[in-house]
Amino acid sequence: MLRQIEGSKAIAETVAFCRPEVVCAYPISPQTHIIEAVGAMVKAGTLAPCEFINVESEFAAMSVAIGASATGARAYTATASQGLLFMMEAVYNAAGLGLPIVMTLANRAIGAPINIWNDHSDAMAVRDSGWIQLFAESNQEASDLHVQAFRLAEELSVPVMVCVDGFILTHAVEGVDMLDQSFVDSFLPPYEPRQMLDTNAPVSIGAMVGPEAFEEVRYLAHLRQLDALERIPAIAREFFESTGRESGGLVRPYRIDDADTVVVAMGSVLGTLKDAVDARRDLGERVGVLGVTSFRPFPSEAVRDALANARQVVVIEKAFSIGAGGVLSTDIAIAIHHEQTLLRTVVAGLGGRAITRRSLESVLVNASRDELAALTFLDLDHEAVDRERARMQATRRSGPSAENLLRDRATVAPKVSA
Amino acid sequence: MFQIRIHGRGGQGVVTAAEILSVAAFDEGRHAQAFPSFGSERTGAPVVSFCRFDDQEIRTHEPVMEPDAVIIQDVTLIHQVDLFSGLSPDGYVLINTSNSFSDLGFGDFFDHYHAERLMTCPATEIALEHLGRPLPNAALLGGFAALTGEITWDAIDKAVREHFTGPVGERNAAAAKAAFDYVASKIKEAAHASTN
Repeated sequence: MLRQIEGSKAIAETVAFCRPEVVCAYPISPQTHIIEAVGAMVKAGTLAPCEFINVESEFAAMSVAIGASATGARAYTATASQGLLFMMEAVYNAAGLGLPIVMTLANRAIGAPINIWNDHSDAMAVRDSGWIQLFAESNQEASDLHVQAFRLAEELSVPVMVCVDGFILTHAVEGVDMLDQSFVDSFLPPYEPRQMLDTNAPVSIGAMVGPEAFEEVRYLAHLRQLDALERIPAIAREFFESTGRESGGLVRPYRIDDADTVVVAMGSVLGTLKDAVDARRDLGERVGVLGVTSFRPFPSEAVRDALANARQVVVIEKAFSIGAGGVLSTDIAIAIHHEQTLLRTVVAGLGGRAITRRSLESVLVNASRDELAALTFLDLDHEAVDRERARMQATRRSGPSAENLLRDRATVAPKVSA
Repeated sequence: MFQIRIHGRGGQGVVTAAEILSVAAFDEGRHAQAFPSFGSERTGAPVVSFCRFDDQEIRTHEPVMEPDAVIIQDVTLIHQVDLFSGLSPDGYVLINTSNSFSDLGFGDFFDHYHAERLMTCPATEIALEHLGRPLPNAALLGGFAALTGEITWDAIDKAVREHFTGPVGERNAAAAKAAFDYVASKIKEAAHASTN
């Protein structure tokens, strides 16, 4: 049923349709509304049987999820930003143990400086942990992906992280065609654990593995992710056949067939980007978009195929590797590996800076004129940076840069957007 | 696409107003989107929310940079925030104050705007009368419907009652209706004055 609903609420209700048996989470913006809504459903008895466990930290939240999953329960949690970092050790453990936990990551920047707004730094920080990472373009996809995530996780015994842009999606009220219980029950069979702590058939899970087998264990994890490259599109196709909706999958091309320049991006910026591309197309520019839905496993082959005819590839990223450059760009570069393709990285939207259609159009204009540098930062205030560099040069004790920049920016009229 | 930006302070229901407006548009069969400016919500701090609706699917997730209408829930923000940034020359302005628009000291700022689209409405007084609390958001939505005609009164009425259930819904709907009537009568007066 189509409803006008907040993203967090749509996600929470969809998670409830998946019948998680244990939910444990520690509140952190912008994840809070999701977990509050799930908690309310457990308390009201509309999500049952389900145990909602209040924990004292994110480390405990993931640890409880691991314990619950290891006993054969369907386990769910959600976090963001510093919360994800605080549970980092357990995040790796969940993947290393092959426990099919599903976690919503309400993508948010990582401090310092502390910042509650959206970017993808948190997801990037755990890209090598062994979790599958799926990025939602809209709240419709964010909701739908959770059902697919449980299915995928349990089929492969791999944890899945559904990455949803914090605030931009989690706090946006939009139309979402909600699934219902009978559909989710038919799409997502009961959890059949591959391994489980069972007093009737005792096993150890998580014993020490030395050099004699560690590499093989890791390689098996890699193979499971490669299996996911088959299963992700298959599950998305099955979902499409039942619902008529293109949610999930590996990549999503948009107007790329004759495109000279293709812009690659992940998450909620894709919608704004498609509007920008339509506007440039109306002016005769041959531009297209490639949305990457599955970041881990990285769909190298699908990316290569989609970008085969592009002369220029522009990767718009909401994160970057400080001192190196783009993160997604690196994966794209490895995937396309032909030297004649121009590859450009645009870092955008850090710490919640709004990515406007106007700025995206300026990227496309610069790209069409071959005027994009290899690495640029969208809407960066170079003068403010230069002023701080000058202050640092002028005085040894120039003070904390973050606070200096805040004071510097405060003299400019407060902006409407974050 | 019709885009609205709502300015107010934490605690005045700025985010709720955008949400209710989006539900009203949705109920009328349109695509709609509402979202806050994503600040750390603190009572009294400047807060912005956005709403857009369209007959087409809405894909964008950028903030509303060029609003067709601006609703100001707290008139004291005039000196603090760039309230009218990007406002379309054909745009609407609805300000919560018991003063008239010309008394607000905007000088010649609005000379190139349509005078009949610039409106004030004593929404806080209306809210105090109907709710007993200074929460002007529902009232301003009634005023918005009357000022712009972009959304019907019935849709606002239904969405307000859906959001605030029970007696609180009744009282908010009554406040919205009072503001709707107030703005409608001001528009009528102005039209009458200009034809004479």
